[in-house]
Amino acid sequence: MLNPVFPHRHLLGIEGLTPAEINHLLDRSDYYVALNRAPEKMSDALRGRTIVNLFFENSTRTRTSFELAAKRLGANVINMQVESSSVAKGETLIDTAVTLNAMHPDVLVVRHPDSGAVKLLADKVNCGVVNGGDGSHEHPTQALLDALTIRRRKGKLNGLLVAICGDVLHSRVARSNFLLLLTMGARVRIIAPRTLIPSQVDRMGVEVFTDMHAGLKDVDIVMMLRVQNERMRGSFIPSVREYFHFFGLDRAKLAQAKPDALIMHPGPMNRGTEIDSDVADDFERSVIREQVELGVAVRMAVLEILALNNRDIQARKAAS
Amino acid sequence: MSVAKPGRIAYINARVVDPASGFDGKGEVLTSGQEILDVGPKLFDGKAPADTQIVDCEGMCLAPGLVDMRVQLREPGEEHKESLKSAGEAAVAGGVTTMVCLPNTNPVVDDEPTLEFVARRARQLALTKVYCYGAVTKGLQGKELAEMGLLSKAGALAFTDATRAVADAQVMRRALQYAATFGLMIVQHPEEPTLAGGVMNAGEIATRMGLSGIPREAEIIMLERDIRLTAMTGGRYHAAHISTADSVEIIARAKKQGLNVTCDTAPFYFSLNELAVGDYRTFAKLSPPLRNEQDRQAIVAGLKSGVIDAIASDHAPHDQDSKRLPFPQAAFGGSGLETLLAVSLDLFHNGDMPLIEVMRRLTSAPAKLLGLEAGRLARGQKADLVIFNPDEGWKVIADAFKSKSKNSPFDGRPVQGRVLRTVVDGRVVYDVLGAAQAPARRAAKA
Repeated sequence: MLNPVFPHRHLLGIEGLTPAEINHLLDRSDYYVALNRAPEKMSDALRGRTIVNLFFENSTRTRTSFELAAKRLGANVINMQVESSSVAKGETLIDTAVTLNAMHPDVLVVRHPDSGAVKLLADKVNCGVVNGGDGSHEHPTQALLDALTIRRRKGKLNGLLVAICGDVLHSRVARSNFLLLLTMGARVRIIAPRTLIPSQVDRMGVEVFTDMHAGLKDVDIVMMLRVQNERMRGSFIPSVREYFHFFGLDRAKLAQAKPDALIMHPGPMNRGTEIDSDVADDFERSVIREQVELGVAVRMAVLEILALNNRDIQARKAAS
Repeated sequence: MSVAKPGRIAYINARVVDPASGFDGKGEVLTSGQEILDVGPKLFDGKAPADTQIVDCEGMCLAPGLVDMRVQLREPGEEHKESLKSAGEAAVAGGVTTMVCLPNTNPVVDDEPTLEFVARRARQLALTKVYCYGAVTKGLQGKELAEMGLLSKAGALAFTDATRAVADAQVMRRALQYAATFGLMIVQHPEEPTLAGGVMNAGEIATRMGLSGIPREAEIIMLERDIRLTAMTGGRYHAAHISTADSVEIIARAKKQGLNVTCDTAPFYFSLNELAVGDYRTFAKLSPPLRNEQDRQAIVAGLKSGVIDAIASDHAPHDQDSKRLPFPQAAFGGSGLETLLAVSLDLFHNGDMPLIEVMRRLTSAPAKLLGLEAGRLARGQKADLVIFNPDEGWKVIADAFKSKSKNSPFDGRPVQGRVLRTVVDGRVVYDVLGAAQAPARRAAKA
């Protein structure tokens, strides 16, 4: 039988999820946090299942996190790093999907540089698909692990004031995060120079700030985003120096936030570009390492629920 | 398809719609060989001469064949996407008897031999009449002017760099000036390329989908610039496929100023908005991109008021490999020939425009813009006709297209208006008016 609270085949994005579904994923993640902190970290929930990590974009952290999650659940894991160059040589995304599908995986974890590519692939396969990040669209497991981190520290999401700062325009992390936080009843501000704010993003329910001091005023959570170096050379931002001056998180700007505000970053950090080392390493306020830890638990919960849903879908198909 | 030697044919019992003369009513048309001999409410007193073949139109509409002023051919160069033959078959199935093709083939139509190749191939196929635009600049590179004078003598109707804007202001200025020397029209893809790096309309939907946006201003800025250049040079300017509310305003203002400016739009832009892209549907990835609902409504209003002179299909065939890709990688453009009439008739069925006005923008108006002797029913004109049932409902099924490419953003859409017969130079080139189809049609009507 399908998971009664989360009866989906795929996790392609946060958009469309209900608060109950999000809470269910977070509750299950909490369970795995406890397991991951125990000396014996193994579960056999997915014994005999096959998880494929299909990454069309370089990634160490996310892929490792998914790999560890799958292994702790007792599943077999295959990592496929598909260079975009070999795709350019001929094999299309759909060819790749059909090829992998023939190997009967239970869940595919897919990262791709193009928005919408993971959905395109999900439409062509029989197994469950987790979006491990598609273009500038969504990165749902990152948003879930961020939400879990906040919920465990603050006891709730509803009613919190969260600031998301940096390259919102190109960030799938930002999209998934504010979709999730708004769904759960938090207030979200985004803070960035105008060149990095997506068109009409205010219509999605966030408040837009271009002044870091004003935007950080009284917030409970400060979420920093990574700014890619290639966007720093005059196209979107004049220089690293100027960016850090106005939008880098340092003590002075952080003083605007609530005294117990948490500092978050999806990694990898550019120290001295978007965040001052002094702030990033503040072990009382910065929960950046905790995010990494909880990421494994969240991915365990997601893989478990989707793999089991997929087993039931296949069983139902076989029966009919 | 019967290709009988055309003698005298009387089309009786028709609703004759001829925008050029303003006639819309019960009538008859008599053709002889390639030409129209007579048009009128009642040509024969119940009895046609014995040597005349009678075609009973059963009350259906008879109009001049459609003149599609913006079609992309893929021959020469990309025949796997569309050949002159498949495009011709698609055109006649869509009631199009004249199509004007963009020069963005491979090689580019920027010299006389290529132009003559297309004309010769089209003549051999004897389907829809095919005319060409010439390139404004050599190789569509936007730098050096192509031989517009000679190309015009060889048959090019007007000049355009196809799906690329003539972006350099100095080049555009000179193109307008030089073309004006010979009284030629420049057709612009109005889009500032430095603002058009995205893949769909900029705005909330693009932001939600994480897709890079093309702001409406890309079109608006280019149009405003071009209008200034037209005023400065006294040139003849036509803006292709306008898509925003501001564009309609800009063209209206230019016309009021007395400038020699006209424009067209494509069915995509008055029947769809950016929501069609939802779920990353690459068939709805078009250039210019589908805009918001206010823009769509403004395009309808622009057609209604006459600011928008013509409707063109903007047919852009692409094979599966160009469209079954992640959205950012997919090609721009949609197939349009076979849905041109039916989707345009939405304007009539929705009560926005009378039938004759919709037909004007598909026939006599584009013919007039391009100086073509086509698009009207009159004595001595070529017998290029379409017979259609404006009310018959059907569902667009792209897989059933005659075109080699199935990339229609209208796939699956219920439409109203079916082409029953297409006649080019008196010859029947497409025909489902025959008896075999009639019961199904009647069943569909019931």
